[in-house]
Amino acid sequence: MTVQHTGTAGQDLERIDGVAKVRGLAPYAYEHQVDNPLYLHPLQATISRGRIETIDTTQAQAAPGVVAVMTHLDAPRLAGTDDAELAILQSPAVGFRGQFIGAVLAETPEAARAAAALVRVEYTEEPHEAELRADRDDLYAPEQVNAGFPTDTRDGDPESAIAAAQVVVDQTYTTPFEHNNPMEPHTTVAQWVGDELVLHDSTQGVHPVRQTLAPVFGIAPEKIRVIAPNVGGGFGSKGVPHAHVVLTAMAAQRSNGRPVKYALTRQQMFFLAGYRTPTIQHVRLGADASGQLSGIIHDVIEQTSRIKEFAEQTAVPARMMYAAENRATSHRVAKLDVPVPSWMRAPGECPGMFGPEVAMDELAEACGIDPIELRVLNEPDIDPESGKPFASRHLVECLREGARRFGWADRDPQPRSRLVDGWYTGTGVASSTYPARRQTGNTARIRHDRAGRYSVQIGAVDIGTGAWTALTQIAAEALGCNAADIDLQIGDTDFPVATVAGGSTGTTSWGAAIIAAAQAFRDRHGDQPAVGAHAEGEAGENPAAQEYALHSFGAQFAEVQVHADTGEIRVSRMLGVFSAGRIINPRTARSQFLGGMTMGLGMALHENSVMDPRFGMIVNHDFAEYHIPTNADVRDMEAVWLDEVDEHAGKLGARGIGEIGIVGAAAAIANAAYHATGIRVRDLPLTADRFLA
Amino acid sequence: MDAEITLHVDGRERTFTVDTRTTLLDALRDRLGNTSPKKGCDHGQCGACTVLVEGRRINSCLALAVAHDGATLTTAAGLADETDLHPMQRAFLDQDGFQCGYCTPGQICSAVGMLQEANAGHPSAVSTGDGPTGTPLNDEEIRERMSGNLCRCGAYVNIVAAINQAQQAAPQVRQES
Repeated sequence: MTVQHTGTAGQDLERIDGVAKVRGLAPYAYEHQVDNPLYLHPLQATISRGRIETIDTTQAQAAPGVVAVMTHLDAPRLAGTDDAELAILQSPAVGFRGQFIGAVLAETPEAARAAAALVRVEYTEEPHEAELRADRDDLYAPEQVNAGFPTDTRDGDPESAIAAAQVVVDQTYTTPFEHNNPMEPHTTVAQWVGDELVLHDSTQGVHPVRQTLAPVFGIAPEKIRVIAPNVGGGFGSKGVPHAHVVLTAMAAQRSNGRPVKYALTRQQMFFLAGYRTPTIQHVRLGADASGQLSGIIHDVIEQTSRIKEFAEQTAVPARMMYAAENRATSHRVAKLDVPVPSWMRAPGECPGMFGPEVAMDELAEACGIDPIELRVLNEPDIDPESGKPFASRHLVECLREGARRFGWADRDPQPRSRLVDGWYTGTGVASSTYPARRQTGNTARIRHDRAGRYSVQIGAVDIGTGAWTALTQIAAEALGCNAADIDLQIGDTDFPVATVAGGSTGTTSWGAAIIAAAQAFRDRHGDQPAVGAHAEGEAGENPAAQEYALHSFGAQFAEVQVHADTGEIRVSRMLGVFSAGRIINPRTARSQFLGGMTMGLGMALHENSVMDPRFGMIVNHDFAEYHIPTNADVRDMEAVWLDEVDEHAGKLGARGIGEIGIVGAAAAIANAAYHATGIRVRDLPLTADRFLA
Repeated sequence: MDAEITLHVDGRERTFTVDTRTTLLDALRDRLGNTSPKKGCDHGQCGACTVLVEGRRINSCLALAVAHDGATLTTAAGLADETDLHPMQRAFLDQDGFQCGYCTPGQICSAVGMLQEANAGHPSAVSTGDGPTGTPLNDEEIRERMSGNLCRCGAYVNIVAAINQAQQAAPQVRQES
């Protein structure tokens, strides 16, 4: 007889950290009680490029409550300065507006902020460049793009194939400059205890913070402890430590051992916590009259900061999405005097599936076939890029299931033909995809604490994904016990090494280590372990990744209404159907899919960081002007998934779900807006003025 | 400049000295150690700092502590006894009305205050006639009235479901704070 354990993987389990969070008692970085803290307020550059000539801190030093003012003139020297984003206060050079140029430490946050306003800075300005344009003459090809992908690819002769094609789409699409904007601002509380640095940090990876900071401060990684039991969202912006962590730890070297607290303001986050580069995407598709693709070209232009390269892998999904014998992709990058871009939810796939998925909609119309049928027609047998078979590719099933649930069969393809009460209504579809990677370098430790109770330790982080709950469920399944018998311990470098909560790799990578540790525990101690028995397990690479292309897929459906007179656009309905391998917790998984789709709605309708190139200034740097979706923007939205276990995704059978929900969402909405109005908008966000033809 | 003030927070009287520049939010978080209300923007743009003052929801980051001397405040930490949950908190758990949890105490205080506003007949931008569109509130009313509380994880679908659960399963939510 099989014993049915409660709360194990696959079951619907309430968040185990939930009770503390609905009361507000789960401590985030700023909220850990520390003794006698000092508060930091930064000094920021007010030019986009140049150097500091004089910096007068006299008045600030004398202000009430001020303990120290730190500038490049007197800041501690860093041991490692290779990463120019982190090498702050080491020279008078200014690389972008908003960059840290100093800090005030004071007894209260009010005193620190008031004193910071008293510092006088004189600069020598140099000419700066802050505008991304396709006609820039200084675009360059980086050595590789993010995640180690080749910058350019080429198979066959796509130019000739497209020139000879019966039907051609040749258009340029743009995606906006976007900011991650997790609700919890980036925060660091730093304290030096002897020669050890203790950080309460709002991060997606405690071990990666330690590993990054150790060479910067010239100390062994073991001398840095990072603690993050609860993190208020990240969406990539907390995936690598940004300069504020260095600033706070430097300031704590001037505090006589007192802890230093620094939470970025919302405004500061727009300059100092990463962002998604704007992209300019030239997409060319060539097909025969039936819609069969013969050529795909995706050429992307995007930006990075002059002080540090981050080249988004925007054209990567076009390499594997559809079958066409002739394909080419490229990335060209402008180095600008702007803040440093970084990861934002589904880097590469999220912007990179906008242009091509709108282009596919345009191709379907040009060929006179349904956009779902066009995608089915161009479904590849194997991964066109690697030549490997897909471990699991259920895009067609997602499209078919979505069509059934959404009522797609009744759709009249004619655009601008449904006007009710002053609102044009339309529907659209787009494909979604995201790679399934497993990170190596994860170890879990299991200990039998008392009869039937196990502690499970791994230095993972829950940024809102539900890792507290899902890892508990995975451990319970692996050990053959109830979830209630697991005492999960995460969010601390005192626990075994773990990789970042990013790239949709957390649950699968950490879970593989927990499964390995459970296996080692049972192998060594059997089913009747003594109290105190313990074991560790480490997860290696997924061997199937050598033989198979591992990706998740999905289908996004949207219905929009556009007001005939004002152009106001509303998304009245969204449906996402996903194929992501095994689902560990249906409750938290649904929330993640819906959350990704909601952020995709924001990309489609609202989000746009406005750069004023004259000043290198992000003008709308707060929530009043950088709009993210509000409650009223989200109406009928649902996410479902195919019931499956990916046998090539390791013992867990899961592929990761944190990012696929955003991919394709904006394209589905843009396609629906075209169907509603007959106006093809190829630039995001889809603001009302675009529909006033 | 400092001033001595008294706040009644979650049923407890607290008298303390505060810099007159201090917001109610910072007074709660930095001076009284009550970090249930969160700082998301410090400009009244996100609602993470929402608390109930005399039963009404406010953005505590937009209030100066000294302007609330003597006030009675309820944070999400004080909505129910330590051993119990408020029906709105239970509903947020049941419906998974959050992911990272950072906006959640503000959402919950806002939802409790919002239902009381509706109960008192306050109209919203989507109300027809002289007041709310009826009780319980429909989804459109809930969405409109909760749009001052941002959630970047995108839990809005489940937040609406939670408020529906709370207002339907426990009508007394509409009467109490």
